[in-house]
Amino acid sequence: MAGSSNPSVTTVAVQRALAGHGPDWRGIIFALLLLGSIVATLAILVFLLIDQLSRGLPVYQERGLDFLTSGLSSNPANAGISQGIVGSIVIGILVSLICFPLGILTAVYLEEYAPDNRLTRFININIRNLAGVPSIVYGLLGLTVFVAFFAFLGFPNNGRNIIAGALTLTALILPIVIITSAEALRAVPRTLREGGYGVGASRWQVTSRLVLPAARSGILTGTILALARALGETAPLLLAGAILGTFSSPGGLESLLTGPYTVLPMTVYDWARKPQEEFRALTSAAIIALLVITLFFNTLAILLRNRYQKQW
Amino acid sequence: MATATAPGASSPLVGSRARRRREAWIARAFFAAALVSVFITAFIILTVFEQAVEFLLKIDLSQLVAPGWFPRRGMFDIATLLLGTLMVTMIAMLIAGPIGILSAIYLSEYASPRVRGTVKPILEILAGIPSVVLGFFALTFINPTIVQTLVPGAKGFNLAAAAIAVGILTIPLVATISEDSMKAVPQSLREASYGLGARRVTTATRVVLPAAVSGIVASIILGVSRAVGETMVVAIAAGASGGSLRSVNPFEPGQTMTAAMAALATGSDQVTGDSAAFQSLFFVGLLLFVITLFLNVVGDAFVRRVREAY
Repeated sequence: MAGSSNPSVTTVAVQRALAGHGPDWRGIIFALLLLGSIVATLAILVFLLIDQLSRGLPVYQERGLDFLTSGLSSNPANAGISQGIVGSIVIGILVSLICFPLGILTAVYLEEYAPDNRLTRFININIRNLAGVPSIVYGLLGLTVFVAFFAFLGFPNNGRNIIAGALTLTALILPIVIITSAEALRAVPRTLREGGYGVGASRWQVTSRLVLPAARSGILTGTILALARALGETAPLLLAGAILGTFSSPGGLESLLTGPYTVLPMTVYDWARKPQEEFRALTSAAIIALLVITLFFNTLAILLRNRYQKQW
Repeated sequence: MATATAPGASSPLVGSRARRRREAWIARAFFAAALVSVFITAFIILTVFEQAVEFLLKIDLSQLVAPGWFPRRGMFDIATLLLGTLMVTMIAMLIAGPIGILSAIYLSEYASPRVRGTVKPILEILAGIPSVVLGFFALTFINPTIVQTLVPGAKGFNLAAAAIAVGILTIPLVATISEDSMKAVPQSLREASYGLGARRVTTATRVVLPAAVSGIVASIILGVSRAVGETMVVAIAAGASGGSLRSVNPFEPGQTMTAAMAALATGSDQVTGDSAAFQSLFFVGLLLFVITLFLNVVGDAFVRRVREAY
């Protein structure tokens, strides 16, 4: 394989082709190998889903809605995932509110406004590298910057609140939102912008009335995928202050935003570590709820993209 | 932008002063947003670096070499974690490398557009499964039904089962980047190959693969980076949350760099404040950051070579 000895490869191929045809065993084995690997990949996904459903569904049959509305408990008979669900919903909303505007603004700057200079190239490289930083490292950022900030301001619970968690996840998915939005903006043809400038529109008018609407579906797809990623993350929140174990939430907006919190994947992690057999079924039941949420957003994004792909 | 005309003279092509001022403010707001990502990087590097240095100053450097990694007992054997990470990454890539690349060849060279249109979204779904889910799957399915059947002595928590699940998580990444680079190979090369009478297998392995080799290398490097940074799978399935002895046996419980960090943040005695155990978190985090940054920069360079070549 080393070095490209193209002439000899092609000579051999030509000779073989001219020499006549038996069944092409090498080709058939190779094709089977390829098919095998893709089938194996798909089979893993099917196995995983069936395995979790068969373990977790009995919990829903037995407990029904009670499992979704009960709080955390060390007693498996009445432990539920309500706090995880509430936490995931709140964190999803906060992340969307902070991350999407910030990410889209950055993408617009990089694609539509930024001059091609050293600073712009640095920002671009920086974002690409941020996207590859392991998620747990963002947990360190959350702990030393965001949690410390709220603790410094005298917030309860040592600053370990859901806003700090949301900021941590925002930092985590911001590069993804920027990169996918920038790609969507880049796909908008130049002619559209030139048409806008040609009739005297300012840069902002071209951006806001022509380019952004044209890139809308691409941006939406990227942001939804990023949101799904944020909702499935555990490691950064482990450091940034989400609660492992049980706690009681008094209710009300204030305790929701500044009190102890947890998210659904955190509940899964907590229960997965418990040795009692009863918690195994509960873990799978919580996984089903988590998969429903993340796969919903993933599928939505994929459908959106396939529907609007290649308009140009 | 500035022209030599009299200030304020609003030529119809320049626009009114109010309009220009508004435009300038909007541009500044966009720029400010773009700077946030730079601040994030700066904060990560500064805080992690500072705490890591404090950790190194606090401990006796001989503590970095010990029979194992037991941070609460002052044993910070970094080699234990590096070995664990190496084992998990190697086993994971033994799975994700071949399966990912072969899947990519299938999708790019063999599959009909319809099959491709169905299989690719399913790969993306697999990529979207949270890692806690795969961690639990490794613990309750992969280990008892695969690892412990093949290796009867394997423990209930072990690195091999975790590594297989990490490999599964990495397949979509390897497959996507490889496939992109194969798709970027110009059609004319394939046509030339077929024109000379080459078969599909020859075209795929002797023409397309060598032409796409930069992208395939990139997919492996970025896959390694992903596997090194994967946390929850190992934290759940490999056990050893209190620490582990230095070992090269993947069928024993063990820790990777990421799992050790997760373990320090978990447990009943969540370490806090400025104890050495707490600060070791940042030392490991810094190592992890540097390793993955290096891999990503190299992988990125390979990806860009594909783009420049075609």
